[in-house]
Amino acid sequence: MSAAAPMTSPVLPSLPADRLTRGLLVPAAAVAVLAVAAPFLGGYASDLVVKVMILAIFALSLELLVGMTGLVSLGHAAFYGIGAYVTVLASGDEGGNLLVLLVASMGLAALYALVVGALSLRTKGVYFIMVTLAFAQMAFFVFHDTPVGGGSDGIYLYVRPAIGPIDLENRLTLFYVVLAALAGTYGLLALIRRSRFGAALAGIRVSEQRMRAVGFPTYFYKLAAFVIAGALAGLAGCLVAARDGVVNPELLAWHNSGEVLLMIILGGLGHLRGAVLGAVAFTLLKELLSTHALVGPLADHWQLSLGLVIIAFVAWLPRGLIGLVQRISPEGSR
Amino acid sequence: MNGTDALLKVDGLTRRFGGLVAVGNVSLDLRVGEVHAVIGTNGAGKSTLINMLSGEIAASEGRIALERSDITALAQPRRALAGVGRSYQRNTIFAEFTVLENCRLAAQAATPRPWAFWESAARCAASNQAAHEAMEAAGLTAEAQRIAGTMSHGAKRQLEVAMCLATRPRVLLLDEPLAGMGAEETERMLALLSRLKASHAILLVEHDMDAVFRIADRITVMVNGTVIATGAPESIRTNPEVRTAYLGDEVPA
Repeated sequence: MSAAAPMTSPVLPSLPADRLTRGLLVPAAAVAVLAVAAPFLGGYASDLVVKVMILAIFALSLELLVGMTGLVSLGHAAFYGIGAYVTVLASGDEGGNLLVLLVASMGLAALYALVVGALSLRTKGVYFIMVTLAFAQMAFFVFHDTPVGGGSDGIYLYVRPAIGPIDLENRLTLFYVVLAALAGTYGLLALIRRSRFGAALAGIRVSEQRMRAVGFPTYFYKLAAFVIAGALAGLAGCLVAARDGVVNPELLAWHNSGEVLLMIILGGLGHLRGAVLGAVAFTLLKELLSTHALVGPLADHWQLSLGLVIIAFVAWLPRGLIGLVQRISPEGSR
Repeated sequence: MNGTDALLKVDGLTRRFGGLVAVGNVSLDLRVGEVHAVIGTNGAGKSTLINMLSGEIAASEGRIALERSDITALAQPRRALAGVGRSYQRNTIFAEFTVLENCRLAAQAATPRPWAFWESAARCAASNQAAHEAMEAAGLTAEAQRIAGTMSHGAKRQLEVAMCLATRPRVLLLDEPLAGMGAEETERMLALLSRLKASHAILLVEHDMDAVFRIADRITVMVNGTVIATGAPESIRTNPEVRTAYLGDEVPA
């Protein structure tokens, strides 16, 4: 590695951002464990893991915006929902081709992200939050109040997507496809983080003014990040439609945008692992706190207990769960 | 008096904020081999002038030419790539990055390749080369791996200039590079500026009058957004209008 380090100064240790292979060690191990364990999981466990993995993709897509670029979007569920609706609407009665549906849902989510980003990125800070929220609400009401997607009841997916021998009607196949999508998303974002594009996004997060002063057209960088994030959220949406077999406008609702934001904050902003950890923790907490057998009558008020737990988390772990991991093993938690 | 060798030529530059004329009809030129200092009281329009020259804010009127091409309408990033670099009065370094990362990121603007997501930013040879040259020039090589935010104020000011150099500009617009610096740090910065002078056209906005009169080859004095005098340090020092308007007793004898 030191051979690749540049000339004039002889003792450059490799930069943290460049430790790609080491940084991917733990995630790769996790993927391997899940892949091996999948056939042995029961129905409930398998369902839950698939749900968490889809939410992890969704959370990772938002991490690209919030953690890596410093753009706090409160309308990210729109792209998730669009991906889901496109999957169902394009499937028809006989089911659709998985590849075509993936491309269509990611493509249309990216297209909407291009429109929303092009307009919202002209604003900053709290105005950006408001504009992204407004665009998401617009998409929500399109599906909620028009017959396009069955109105407020939503629509059913009669046959799950398939391509050749890969048929998502099969629970195990669905598991592996979602796992592959998660691994792919994580790997792509890890690459982006260490690339010049990622370095520029990090620069924009810290000081957009300086980035423009040294010659970066920052608007286009932010727009590219916004579109990629939209496409990845669309991917998560496509998968959630395939998993649930039904879509409804709630997928695009603003509290869904809020929840995914909570996930990445809970996990720890600025880390890909944080986004995944956050998705895991958030889903498990929600699951536990709404289980009567565990918390008794409080289960009916899981929003309240979840809110309290999140406040406690933010108070004691301001850097998120990843901060806890770093405290235990400071090495290699990037 | 305006030779054709001016690298950056400013003609009748004006900026209005509503009814207020922050900069009115300013003309000046910057040449390679010259430090052109702009002095004036607070609110004289010096920072607005730099902001217009670097493209951070648009000019209401007037024309800016780099060599012979009109860059008045160019957006800031394009202008930076064309060779106009600036530093800031308040540090705008990336505090959480190392010194090397700061310089490399600045240098990266010249070879951005944003689509090449599989290539590592840290291994970009061209950016690393430019970053190391900039650190070398600014005397920061030994600090390459320091987290920028943990350095002394003086070192941060050096980095502010180094980041500007990493973009390999031909015109340097320096907004108070000496602000808050100790005597030794000031000497180092002045030595750097005299070295850079040979290959850059430098505009220096500075409040430290001793430093200005030592290093400047030409001085422009601004009062209330307009230029009241331009000339060699000697002629500025003895200009009665300048003395009453601004310099007062501050002028070193």
